[in-house]
Amino acid sequence: MKLSRKWLNEFINLPLSECGDRRFTEAMSVSGSKVETTEDLSQMIRNVVAGRIVSLEKHPDSDHMLVAKLDIGRESPVTICTGAWNVHAGDVVPVALHDSLLPTGARITRGKLRGVESDGMLCSLKELDCTLHDFPYATIVPAALLNDYHPIDPDKPSISADIKPGDRIFGKVITAKAIKVENAGEGFWKCSLEPEAVTVTECSNIHEGDLVAYNTAEDAICTLEDLRAKQEEFPHCITDGILVLRENCVPGDDIGKLLGMDDHVVEFEITPNRPDCLCVIGLAREAAVTFGKQLKLHKPVVEAKAGGDINGLAKVVIEDDRLCTRYTARMVRNVKIAPSPEWMRERIRNSGMRPINNIVDITNYVMLEYGQPMHAFDFACVDGGEIHVRCAREGETMRTLDGTQRELSTSMLCICDREKPVGIAGVMGGENSEIVGDTAMVLFESACFNGPSIRRTATSLGMRTDASSRFEKGLDIENTVDAVNRACELVEMLGAGEVVEGIIDVLPNPVKKTTLKLEPEKINALLGTELTAGEMVRILEDLGFTVDGDLITVPSWRGDVEHYSDIAEEVARFFGYNNIPTKFTGAISSCGGFTDFQLCERRVGEICRSMGMDEIITYSFISPSYYDKIRIPADSPLRDSLRILNPLGEDTSIMRTTILPSMLEILTRNCNFRNKSVAFYEIGRIYLKRDDGMADEPRMISFGAYGGGVDFFTVKGWIESLLGDMCKGVLRFEADRDNPSYHPGRCAAVYLDGKRVGVFGQIHPKVMDNYGVDSEFYCAELSFDAVYANRKDLAVYRPLPRFPSVTRDIAVLCDREIPVGRLSECILSSGGQYLRECELFDVYEGDSIPSGKKSVAFSLTMRADDQTLTDDHAEETVDSILKALSEKYGAVIR
Amino acid sequence: MKEMLQNLREASIRAILDCEDAELLESLRVKYLGKKGELTSILRQMGKLSPEERPAMGQLANKLREDIEEAIEDRNKVISALRMERRLIAESVDVTLPGKKQTLGHKHPMYNVLDQIKDIFIGMGFEIVDGPEVELADYNFTKLNIDEGHPSREWTDTFYFTEDSSILLRTQTSPMQIHAMETKELPIRMIAPGRVYRKDEVDATHSPMFHQIEGMVIDKGITMADLKATLNLVVEKIYGKGTVTRFRPHHFPFTEPSCELDIQCHKCGGVGCPTCKGEGWIEVLGAGMVHPKVLAGCGIDPDVYSGWAFGMGLERLALGEYKINNLRLIFENDRRFLEQF
Repeated sequence: MKLSRKWLNEFINLPLSECGDRRFTEAMSVSGSKVETTEDLSQMIRNVVAGRIVSLEKHPDSDHMLVAKLDIGRESPVTICTGAWNVHAGDVVPVALHDSLLPTGARITRGKLRGVESDGMLCSLKELDCTLHDFPYATIVPAALLNDYHPIDPDKPSISADIKPGDRIFGKVITAKAIKVENAGEGFWKCSLEPEAVTVTECSNIHEGDLVAYNTAEDAICTLEDLRAKQEEFPHCITDGILVLRENCVPGDDIGKLLGMDDHVVEFEITPNRPDCLCVIGLAREAAVTFGKQLKLHKPVVEAKAGGDINGLAKVVIEDDRLCTRYTARMVRNVKIAPSPEWMRERIRNSGMRPINNIVDITNYVMLEYGQPMHAFDFACVDGGEIHVRCAREGETMRTLDGTQRELSTSMLCICDREKPVGIAGVMGGENSEIVGDTAMVLFESACFNGPSIRRTATSLGMRTDASSRFEKGLDIENTVDAVNRACELVEMLGAGEVVEGIIDVLPNPVKKTTLKLEPEKINALLGTELTAGEMVRILEDLGFTVDGDLITVPSWRGDVEHYSDIAEEVARFFGYNNIPTKFTGAISSCGGFTDFQLCERRVGEICRSMGMDEIITYSFISPSYYDKIRIPADSPLRDSLRILNPLGEDTSIMRTTILPSMLEILTRNCNFRNKSVAFYEIGRIYLKRDDGMADEPRMISFGAYGGGVDFFTVKGWIESLLGDMCKGVLRFEADRDNPSYHPGRCAAVYLDGKRVGVFGQIHPKVMDNYGVDSEFYCAELSFDAVYANRKDLAVYRPLPRFPSVTRDIAVLCDREIPVGRLSECILSSGGQYLRECELFDVYEGDSIPSGKKSVAFSLTMRADDQTLTDDHAEETVDSILKALSEKYGAVIR
Repeated sequence: MKEMLQNLREASIRAILDCEDAELLESLRVKYLGKKGELTSILRQMGKLSPEERPAMGQLANKLREDIEEAIEDRNKVISALRMERRLIAESVDVTLPGKKQTLGHKHPMYNVLDQIKDIFIGMGFEIVDGPEVELADYNFTKLNIDEGHPSREWTDTFYFTEDSSILLRTQTSPMQIHAMETKELPIRMIAPGRVYRKDEVDATHSPMFHQIEGMVIDKGITMADLKATLNLVVEKIYGKGTVTRFRPHHFPFTEPSCELDIQCHKCGGVGCPTCKGEGWIEVLGAGMVHPKVLAGCGIDPDVYSGWAFGMGLERLALGEYKINNLRLIFENDRRFLEQF
């Protein structure tokens, strides 16, 4: 919401000189109306003044430029070269002087144009960042000046170069020379021509000596259109030109001020619960209480001098009183569509809207002032003079004011005549009832609609308008009558038409006032303050609440206030949030602290980082195609993901049931970034569909790495270290040849005490192909919940060994298919009470080993807690191990 | 004989002092003092002396033995010192050669910041709670006083799993307030960090998945003064002592009164600069007194208990802390990025 400080001053006396931008911003923000930015419009235009053209001559060295001398209210005139032909001596025009700044951001300095010193620039509408809507009178109609004629084909000119006054061009159109050009007022020019004729034209580019095409039959000077000429044939006879001011201004006047730019515009971020602040009056009310000022409100007065009564002319029927809670209308006849006055255009412009014409501007003005969106219908186009507020019927369409044909759905509330929709309620009017130049009768609508309904309609049509964004938040139902009266008052003030007597006000259900009990002790208990009831009442009354004893009546525009806590907020806002004491009022009565689960999670992260892995964070949602990429079979339960019905895109449309693709995406991305080696871990959730439609969200630990010498056994080492540090129970690995995502010969399942807790290995080359990466990825997926469930108990001290250990190395020969892990397990289980460690130190195949066999060598460490072991003890242990190896795996000592 | 002893003294002491090797020194000891050494062979000639001469000569010989022994001992010390010196020189390294590389992993910058926040609250007696991301609309919206028809419930804003809009991806961590109030014993002091999801296209400041930290205190006698005191302390911990704060009214459906907490821009001290977009203040978090309706909806009597809650975005905090200018970096997980923290 943009607020003009000048406009605000109409309602509270708070001039900029008294309250500068900083103070205004700070005070309004801390009382609840957050200021986003403040724009000092006067800073956007500098050194641009009104100048009266004293003399105008042709540039000595250019065939199209003019040199103007201007009186700018200073001692000496300025000289300015211009290429625009629509100016004449006597015109008052905007002059950008040396070292000036224009609203477009352009800076103008003195310069020489073809040898002639120019002290600045004359400004067009565009250079002032304005359009014809801002200065409707500034239309330029150029005459086709024959002295500007440039034939398209130099060999075949349509007009000969030596054409003279009196020569016939075609039909009744002859060549004429302008002898004298005088200002006839209101944008017209009296031209004395040779051959002798005097004509009045709106063409503003004619100067003495110019040759024009003069239609003797119509007594008119021809435009390009009249001659059916192309623009390129008359390159300087254009609709663009200098803004010739008709405002009552004298040389030296500041153009910034004329444009209403002596204003500061404050942009507010208004929270959705405060639609009442989306207008000047609403913000003025807040500002009045914030700064302790009197709020000066004005009750609109309508004379309604036109005869008849609206109730005899129009009829309003609300067919859906759930979606339309009030419909108020008034009528204006003998409408005269014209530009609105400068003060109104200025306020509309400074509020961020564009002026259009008096009637449209009035509706926008009232919306900005009262917060009540209005609509004006051309009543002649309302079939049967009846307004029906109803939802669109199946198949109904309408072209909206923006020229788009809209297909309406049956949930969209429309304003209709007897037959068809003439507007989409609260969003935009229909082209079929648009205010146009010859509109004679206007029906002003000031209504109240259901917020969510308007929002949905606007969203589904993709047209969030100034009106709909107000309606969607729910507006003050008591505001419609004042707003429509204000519009009618403005119509009378502007002389835009005659207001018909009477008012239509359909209110299907009575308005309920919200009342609350004033409970000062409850409010103080919530805020931690010690305010008196009197202080609270004063704030509330300033805000427009009425308080009778302990009964608070909430004003109609404050739909957000419905509970004592809302009253507490009102009190707090104006007592000042920052005046509320800062004091611990709660007693710490609980201990807090991390849970075992959270500590376990932290520890996993610490271990992973200590092993050199960086932590990553990946999206929880993935693309269903990722399951194909990691080669999950079509019938796998892993594919049964929770599916987002309205995803942003396919890539983020399902909740992952496996964490692997997320890791592979990140590894691939790093590969593409040409990072030579990476090692990552993530602790993230997967989402497993439950019967009730919700999800189990177990946490997974995922590893991923490539490059830097990482191989299968690096990852296995990480897992051994992690689970070895954190978990109790027997850790076991088994080849897993059936996991489609992993290399069948380099993949292992991980077991803790016989329960599968994860899988790891090298990613399958086909998966690598799917990711388009020529590298080897190694990944692991472990269940965090399993790690947590198997977490070690608190360590209990074991005495350090008091007796020395004995080591023996053994090497056995066995079938090469037997996994070494099985041999170690066999050794550990058969080693008896003295065996403490069994460490593999060699696996050998080749020379001196029979084919199909391998030699596996272990170093065994034995120790007793109560004695020094003898050789006999050691032999005994080794013997029983060798016996077990031989019996179980046919392994024999080498 | 006296002369012989004198000669031996001179020769041996010289030899010892010239010796630079421990082994050679040992052989000198044998040569002079050994059983078959030179001193012994001189002493063998004692028999030729008169009894009157013997004691004096014996004394002289013993003195010589002691002196040689002492010389060897001293020389030994010198030699070992020399040897140590040579060894140390030989073992010297070029200390400017690079160290052996130990790769340490890095915590994700955002979780660095999260852990910092967790530690602050743990220190204040809070606990950390966790809950589902696939959530019921009831918990994400209804019980938080966000009625049907509220814009945030639209399918354009929230990800849904069911046509009836009953199951969704939580759009905020605030449903954890409800879970905590429904399941925990009073009083409650908790924070609930976690992932949340909104239908925002990825750009430099948006992501469809991001993180929030919810916090809530419910007890008897909890006031807005307590909210201010606690959050001021937290903000000081995060942004440093002396950080100036400002509480500003705001609107959240599930707190009343509601506020936003701004900190004065540390860069310009509140004058206005590009960092604070000229405002002089930087918005840090939203908070408020738990709406009595929300309390009552969770079976807590608002006439007995009151509470406050806050929510803050983790991404923005991390981006600010590490001066990261693009949110995409957070979820891109480029090693070169992760290594910096």
